Amino acid sequence: MSEPGLVVVLGATSAIAQAYARRRAVTGARFILLARREERLAAVATDLAARGAACAEPVAMDLSAVAEIERAVETIHAQFGAPQEIVLAYGTLGDQPALERDIPAAKGALDVNFVSAALWLLAFLKRRDAASPLTCVVIGSVAGDRGRASNFIYGAAKGGLDVFVQGLMHAYAGTPVRFVLVKPGLVDTPMTAAFVKSGPLWSSPERIAADMERAVRRGRRVIYSPWFWWPIMTVIRALPWFVFRRLKI
Amino acid sequence: MDRNAAERQEVYAWGRLAPRAHLVVPASFGDEMAAAIRATGKRPLLCRGLGRSYGDVALNGGGYLLDTTRADHFLSADWATGLIRAEAGLSLDELLRACVPRGWFLPVTPGTKFVTLGGAVANDVHGKNQESAGTLGCHVRRIGLARSSGDVIELSPEREEPLFAATIGGLGLTGVILWVEVQLAPISSAQVEVERLAMADLEDFFRLSAESGEWPYTVAWVDSLARGRALGRGLFIRARHREGGPLVSHGVPRFAAPHAARHLLNSKTVALFNLLYRRRPWATGRRTMHYDRFFYPLDSLLHWNRLYGPRGFFQHQSVVPMKDAPRTVRRLLELTAESGGPSYLTVLKILGDRPSPGLLSFPMPGVTLALDLANRGETTRRLLGRLADAVVAAGGRLYPAKDATMSGDAFRTGYPAWRRLEQHRDPALMSDFWRRVIADVP
Repeated sequence: MSEPGLVVVLGATSAIAQAYARRRAVTGARFILLARREERLAAVATDLAARGAACAEPVAMDLSAVAEIERAVETIHAQFGAPQEIVLAYGTLGDQPALERDIPAAKGALDVNFVSAALWLLAFLKRRDAASPLTCVVIGSVAGDRGRASNFIYGAAKGGLDVFVQGLMHAYAGTPVRFVLVKPGLVDTPMTAAFVKSGPLWSSPERIAADMERAVRRGRRVIYSPWFWWPIMTVIRALPWFVFRRLKI
Repeated sequence: MDRNAAERQEVYAWGRLAPRAHLVVPASFGDEMAAAIRATGKRPLLCRGLGRSYGDVALNGGGYLLDTTRADHFLSADWATGLIRAEAGLSLDELLRACVPRGWFLPVTPGTKFVTLGGAVANDVHGKNQESAGTLGCHVRRIGLARSSGDVIELSPEREEPLFAATIGGLGLTGVILWVEVQLAPISSAQVEVERLAMADLEDFFRLSAESGEWPYTVAWVDSLARGRALGRGLFIRARHREGGPLVSHGVPRFAAPHAARHLLNSKTVALFNLLYRRRPWATGRRTMHYDRFFYPLDSLLHWNRLYGPRGFFQHQSVVPMKDAPRTVRRLLELTAESGGPSYLTVLKILGDRPSPGLLSFPMPGVTLALDLANRGETTRRLLGRLADAVVAAGGRLYPAKDATMSGDAFRTGYPAWRRLEQHRDPALMSDFWRRVIADVP
């Protein structure tokens, strides 16, 4: 490879994004890192550079500010050239019962997890150079597979993103643009800090990152991570209503 | 601190003696660590890294535990000079992955790479090269410390020296260590040249130690079941970095120990292991191996502490001054052999006189002995008490990072500077260890 690939990470301070970027940094990738908090973003950037990234440029901004998206994409192209990979890794879990009562906060959660995420993808695809290959790695969630009482606002946003990416895969079939949708299960990250995490269903961000890297390398379209969420979600999706309605999940 | 993020958890130390309930708060970045100590309220706080200390220095029952393992960013790395600064949660495991391919190694490493930089500084760890390299604290240039007053202070030997000295080996009590700046040591190969020599008795240990000036890394493995004239029988191991060779870092461990229903390490299995370890044809001689195999043999089996079963185990590590050391070490080994509770892993090593900047650092010039003892209740505690008495009587001391049982008296006699650490202790911080050893202060 002549020039190391340029990877744009949206939500670079998230635990999964960091774990993934560290794996790529070892290979000498170049990074554009986007996240809201400037100080934390700077720590992630120096960290990736120390671990081998050819460069790591922090861009501090609120990723849910949809009015800024097109300009930010334009600036990235102008300053650093066309990215080879886009990693969409930001999101907020939110407290479902609180969101149900706080309508503006519920709108905020949908904006962050779905609306802005979809628009970032559209903006990068609109600006791309038609001939050059591009891989979009999108972090969805098993929560998007079937609406459940405990997290359907987050789940609806991630489910929406799932359908959106499916559509993009269809639209860009036969082009050098590829999409990888990763659906993690329960991950021990700051996002899930309020849960008691024990038992075999919880995994580490490093585990998810390893699965993501393998999926990108092998050209997979949709993966569950770890793999055992695929049979679990297949069963949950297939459960008849009279069983499902009794489940406290 | 965000109290919503605190999670009630039963937490074990590495010895798995008894879990204690804590409110565990995760931190992923420096600002969260600094915020945590400002907002502790009535309950005290303690930082915890990868939980490899054996006893209770990293426990704070009923209080907050700040889990620092996600705050693991390099804040700067100059690979031309080997000077790196990283957040306290960075593990030596990850540090080695980054620095070995660039020709740098840890200036001092403990027997496991699964410790955090912050924990290594708080316990001022030493390694097999202690005689020449001293403790890790000797290679720390600066420390970032957050105090409950809201101050974030940069400590160094030039600036804030008293607090710098109190923080190195300060058991995490002087403030939350945010980051550490450390000078790495240059290497030109990831391989080490290792020589193993048969040791017939304790005299051999002292003789071989004296003859190993060319070898920066020395340690001796002792067959704890040998008694009488054979006492001290074992293997003397010495090593040095190779010149020239591939700079490849280590791999990922593939095996994990299961939860053992009862401890698998009884006198019969230990006797068999010791015999095979000492008598296998390739036990002695010279060979070249990767640093991972030499420095971290136990790291290849994750959760090896589970092998001691549900009652857990103790480690005794002490140092006694060189004067009278042969007699005292003999006494300690005899006490252990008499008790019938075999030590699975018994290690002897000479400690040199390179001083650490740390106020409460463990090493002193003399001989250090480490024993792993399965928890058999009162019998084991009695043995540990006798060992501690013999050590203190000889003018020695025990290593807090390993200890779960020493009396306040034994601690305060061994570490007369303890009062100065208590003066530097941040009022928001406390550990079960510190409560234990200062509870009976007259």
